[in-house]
Amino acid sequence: MIGRISRTTAALVVFVLSVFPVYWMVLTAFKPTKDIQSATPTFLPVPITFDHFGTAIAAKGFFSFWRNSLLVAGGAVVLALLVALLAAFAIARLRWKGRRAFVLMVFVAQMTPWEALLIPIYVIARDTGMLDTLWILTLVYFMMTLPFTIVTLRGFLAAIPVDLEEAAQVDGCTRGQAFRKVVFPLLAPGLLATSLFGFITAWNEFAFANVLIIKDQDDRTLPVWLSSFNNTFGTDWGATMAASTLFMLPVLLIFIVLQGRVTTGIVGGAVKG
Amino acid sequence: MTVLAERPVRETAPAPPKRRKRSVLPYVLIAPTLLTTAYLLLYPLIRNVVISLQEFGLPQLVRGDAKFVGLANYVKVLSDPEFWSVVRRTLWFTAINVVLIMVLSTLVALLLVRLGKGLRFLVMGGLVLTWATPVIAATTVFQWLFQSRLGVVNWALVALGFEEYRDYTWFADGEATFGILVTLIVWQSIPFAALSLYAAMITVPQELYESARIDGAGAWRVFSTITFPMLRAMFGLITCLEVIWVVKAFVQIWVISQGGPGQATTTLPVYAFQVAQSLQRYDLGAAVSMLMVLLLVLALLAYFRQLYRQEREA
Repeated sequence: MIGRISRTTAALVVFVLSVFPVYWMVLTAFKPTKDIQSATPTFLPVPITFDHFGTAIAAKGFFSFWRNSLLVAGGAVVLALLVALLAAFAIARLRWKGRRAFVLMVFVAQMTPWEALLIPIYVIARDTGMLDTLWILTLVYFMMTLPFTIVTLRGFLAAIPVDLEEAAQVDGCTRGQAFRKVVFPLLAPGLLATSLFGFITAWNEFAFANVLIIKDQDDRTLPVWLSSFNNTFGTDWGATMAASTLFMLPVLLIFIVLQGRVTTGIVGGAVKG
Repeated sequence: MTVLAERPVRETAPAPPKRRKRSVLPYVLIAPTLLTTAYLLLYPLIRNVVISLQEFGLPQLVRGDAKFVGLANYVKVLSDPEFWSVVRRTLWFTAINVVLIMVLSTLVALLLVRLGKGLRFLVMGGLVLTWATPVIAATTVFQWLFQSRLGVVNWALVALGFEEYRDYTWFADGEATFGILVTLIVWQSIPFAALSLYAAMITVPQELYESARIDGAGAWRVFSTITFPMLRAMFGLITCLEVIWVVKAFVQIWVISQGGPGQATTTLPVYAFQVAQSLQRYDLGAAVSMLMVLLLVLALLAYFRQLYRQEREA
């Protein structure tokens, strides 16, 4: 009995500690300014206001930052999927010399400490005239997500029986057709999950966006904009929290879509920088 | 869960014998990966090594006529007492974070195993929500939580009777800022570690626990004689990953304190960036980041060893 009560208490403490910062962010975003500034904070969402979201959306450049983030993250994911699909097929379905070495290379590439490459990539971007363009960010994010995409796609491909493909080939399909008509539809959920996790990585990335986009402030992405909220909103915490909430929203939606996969643990490393 | 994702799929499985062995197809298929990795990963890495061996400041960046100076940058960095104080701080920061993450995550995982369905769902939902929070959003929220005048943490501390925290400015004090960064990183890291450990714990056969309990073993004994030994490789794997992630942590520190106040929160990645960006000594910054890579390679080798061991045990 005592054991059960203490377990329940511990569970509630863990729950409150993990949820509170996010709850406080959303709550502040909906609170009227006078409640935010009152000496005794309120912990329930009454009354609510949408003013702060209005302020955040009306902030200079909000939509272009949103668009930049989408372009960069989307572009990186599409590139990574195309390149990774080819490589994953080669590892999962074909036997060739050097395959083990290639797989090892992918694993090592996945652990790249990107934080150590800020300086050379800045110098390279400057030399090639790609500084202050979204291209260089797209390329960097593509490379960040590529190894992970190959590893997961290969896992999904390996789970699809080769017999299915061969049966299609016996029935007169070419290898390309067999892949397109039989394997691809089965692979679609895996492609979706992988690409969404890649998208989160690129969407959240800050360090490179902060270093590579300097002069042309209109080309910034959302994380960099959000980190400089002091310049945009001053001490308007309501608007700052509304902007954070809007930034987190797509990531949260993706997590909800993929919740089954998150808990069964098929994919995930991409979520942490 | 990276752990599961990264598990090498059996190396000998595929490839039916019918297919021709000397085909060029596989090499065509991996060519895009090889080319892009060479240009976007290998080349920057080599370039970093080269810059660290050159005299490379703002003039060289503009004109592009950097001269090689051998190991002069490394000598300069390694003989700078400030570098060593940054290294000590990085190790200290990593140790505190990783110990807290592993201990708390183990406790949360053990709790999850013992909870009923409803509460377990609730706690896991909370953990996933934390996990889903983008680093920048979390960093911004923590700045708000610890605000001096309107921050809810100061309000709560005063309400609990700690009058000295009224309008306390956390970010002006080195140790307080250090503490906030540890809290933030631990908070963000627990979901991954706890959920992975929980997933591993439920694979331990129940009979083992039952027989231990019949023998009268207490909770600590069950953990130290059954759970931990069975999952030793998994614990090792997650510890290695957390070490790597904490050593690399840059965004949280840069956004909250830029390594300050003073140098109180300057760890290796922040230091490398400061030297390169503020002092415009790209050569010294590159040397520092190469030394950081060296440190990480040690952690990585341990990680791959654990991965291999996990593979054999699984």
